[in-house]
Amino acid sequence: MAETALAGPLRPASGRLWIAPPLLVLAGLFFYPLSLIAIQALTGDGNQVSFDHFAAVFRSALFLGALGHTIEIAVAASTGCLVLGFAIALVLSFVPFPGAREIARFIDTFIALPTFLVALAFTFIYGSAGVLNGALIELFGFETPPVDFLYSPWGVILAEITVYTPFVLRPLMAAFSLIEAAQIEVASSLGARAPRIVREIILPAAMPALLAGGSQCLLLTVNEFGIVLFIGAKGVITLPLLVYDKAIQEFDYTAACVIAIINVALSLSLYMVYRTVIARVGGRNAGVV
Amino acid sequence: MGLAAAQPLSPSAIAGGEGISFENITVAYRGHVVLRDFSLQIRHGEIMALIGPSGSGKTTALRAVAGFVRPQSGRIRIGESDVTDLAPYARGIGMVVQNYALFPHMKIEDNVAFGLRAQKAETGLIAERVKECLRMVGMGAYVGRYPRELSGGQQQRVAIARALAVQPRVLLLDEPLSALDAQIRRSMVEELAKLHRDLPTLTVLYVTHDQTEALTLADRIAIMKDGRLSAFGPSHGLYSRPPNRFTAEFLGRANLLPVRIEGPAGAGLVRVRFGDVELTVPAHATLEIGAECLLCIRPHDLRLAEPHHGNRLGAAVTHVQWQGDHHVLTLDCAGTILRLVSAPLREPPAPGAPFDLGFADQDATLIAPEHG
Repeated sequence: MAETALAGPLRPASGRLWIAPPLLVLAGLFFYPLSLIAIQALTGDGNQVSFDHFAAVFRSALFLGALGHTIEIAVAASTGCLVLGFAIALVLSFVPFPGAREIARFIDTFIALPTFLVALAFTFIYGSAGVLNGALIELFGFETPPVDFLYSPWGVILAEITVYTPFVLRPLMAAFSLIEAAQIEVASSLGARAPRIVREIILPAAMPALLAGGSQCLLLTVNEFGIVLFIGAKGVITLPLLVYDKAIQEFDYTAACVIAIINVALSLSLYMVYRTVIARVGGRNAGVV
Repeated sequence: MGLAAAQPLSPSAIAGGEGISFENITVAYRGHVVLRDFSLQIRHGEIMALIGPSGSGKTTALRAVAGFVRPQSGRIRIGESDVTDLAPYARGIGMVVQNYALFPHMKIEDNVAFGLRAQKAETGLIAERVKECLRMVGMGAYVGRYPRELSGGQQQRVAIARALAVQPRVLLLDEPLSALDAQIRRSMVEELAKLHRDLPTLTVLYVTHDQTEALTLADRIAIMKDGRLSAFGPSHGLYSRPPNRFTAEFLGRANLLPVRIEGPAGAGLVRVRFGDVELTVPAHATLEIGAECLLCIRPHDLRLAEPHHGNRLGAAVTHVQWQGDHHVLTLDCAGTILRLVSAPLREPPAPGAPFDLGFADQDATLIAPEHG
């Protein structure tokens, strides 16, 4: 009986108290500010709760444009991250060459860098007065800078791919390291060439990592602010940028709060989709569900 | 249900089998030679066991046939074709490895069908061959399962079915039973032997460090040491007449007595001296009178001397060990430690007791000394 007593929960009432401190911190730092935003979005400057402000925002062409841009850029950048990350991870993991590990570590350091830094670097390289345009003008005598993609959605997408690819690369490298070399060798001995091995052996094994990395990229790119602001692409306004414009430049706090709430709902929806997909597809493909 | 209980594969189920030849193969990893000037002919339809200790180069030799290791020099042929420069997928081999390497996200039927799909076989043929190969290995009832739902022995059977499904020119087995526990391993060895009886034209290269597997399964055995071929020949001959000390000690247990050849003793026999004792044993092809060499007697060929035994050795029992179905006696014979294996003894001798050893002259083998 003594063993049973020891194995059971000890002093459950005091145990529950340990939840209180983190809950208090979360309440102070997250739930309280979020509730203020929600209240502002629902009441505006009055006291009546209403969805009129939401309706007004949803009727706004500026908001709909920003929502479209946000989703387009996030999907395009995440897709780019997945494709580039998968290709780099494949090469680094399965095509051994001297320095592969060092390159992987170097790419990993991108995670530690502030996002605007890449945007700044891109400005130096691909900007109107950047290295590339300078060289092309000098070589071919162009009157205007020939490379101008940086100030379009493509510039934002390219910068986000550069910044967020390591978020795909890292879990993929970990997943690839778990694939038995013998599986690939046996597949090859059975007559499978590289594309089939990638498609039928490596990709299914890496699916949970791809989903995890891709979803993380999607969440981060949906909420990306620094890159979009820094590049300042013409006509490219995303939800976070619209929140900034409404709150800081137009002092329309109610609209800013409504858009912020929609942005949060979008992020949470994406997160729920990610959890559902990874539970159903990821685990099965990894052979663990 | 095991391989032995399964049904034989139809004659069309394998390509017909072809021999393998290694011609002066040298393989090095970063300058370190792991296989040196290795030559070996494996006949069509035979099981060749490649055995040796870790690092002896046996797996490297197999991987060279599979195409995963590129030789620095030499050629590898399967049948008449030179496959040295061919990619693994173009060699027409079947391969089974120690840890099965089944594809975990695929059902058993998809695992077996993988190679056929890769080779773009017709859908109808794939279904037929998958069924046939799984039935052959006794796994016909498991088509819809995933590898994780099978035991180790069952997974290895599926791996064998997968390798056979593509009608390989040769079957490469790389320590296929090493991950299994002893009891399942024993039964799998018997099942593999049965499989080869059902597919007599299939050429098999079987890499193992387990001498029992090699002796049970192989028609011929090649013994590797330090990247070289140390000995090679029919399994029984190699065991009963080991050509060198390494073979004698690696392939089963051996009692090795230092002896000197004294002179001829009749047809094919010579007299040798071990201390004060003179023994009569089969002559060696190259050792001459006066040569110092080793006399190899297998532990089960030693017994309590009987009147008809011409070869007698006086010894003292140092240790008696009962191992269930046999006794192992350790004896001191003029300073040389010998082992005797016998059927269980009703009254085993006590340690320290004198023991008169005897052996038949044809059960002994002279081994040339190794230099360097």
